[in-house]
Amino acid sequence: MLNIDKKINGNVLTVALTGRLDTTTAPELEAELKENLDGVTELIIDMGTLEYISSAGLRVLLSAQKIMSKQGAMTVTHVSETIMEIFEVTGFSDILTIV
Amino acid sequence: MKTYELTIDATVENLPQVLAFLEEHLEEADCPMKAQMQLSIAAEEIYVNIAHYAYAPETGQATVRLELADDPSTVCVTFLDRGVPFDPLAKPDPDITLSAEERGIGGLGIYMTKKSMDDVRYEYRDGQNILTLVKRI
Repeated sequence: MLNIDKKINGNVLTVALTGRLDTTTAPELEAELKENLDGVTELIIDMGTLEYISSAGLRVLLSAQKIMSKQGAMTVTHVSETIMEIFEVTGFSDILTIV
Repeated sequence: MKTYELTIDATVENLPQVLAFLEEHLEEADCPMKAQMQLSIAAEEIYVNIAHYAYAPETGQATVRLELADDPSTVCVTFLDRGVPFDPLAKPDPDITLSAEERGIGGLGIYMTKKSMDDVRYEYRDGQNILTLVKRI
């Protein structure tokens, strides 16, 4: 289960994730981002209540990062210790802007 | 040693069932949260690979066997399927130093699995792919 909570404020899109970002739920986030990224110059992904991320979730983050590198910036916030370790092992801690 | 087994149709839709099966028994065994998550991530990779490729375009079954041993506390998760022989460990590791633009999307899951487990073994025996994840907890 993944809950995606979107807030758009001008050109800033904030997406708060709750639950699990895995093979079955990652396509939902991918679709949401695809639909909402037009004209967005700042994407904030809030992971404060995200419990789990697998490589399928990392793939969606990577493609979002690629899009946002072209049209603005992306930041990832409230990353838990466990998820941070996953970012470190995979080198994602160098690719993403984690605040 | 305690052993639990789940046999299901190897489809991506059944992934939540596989993870729930593992997490339920790992919780009972007081497996630390971090190890639980690493085991789930690794199990997801292996299982989704089976669901995508083992029997494609048809569907077949996969068995997930969980073994909990004491002294030292070890979790073994074994995946068995009768699909085409495939060793997911044979892929080269991705270059994790590349920037976002240069990064491909493949190979990450298996890499995460190798990094987070104490041992990952593959063999093809008696017409079965047998992949085992070993994690000391």
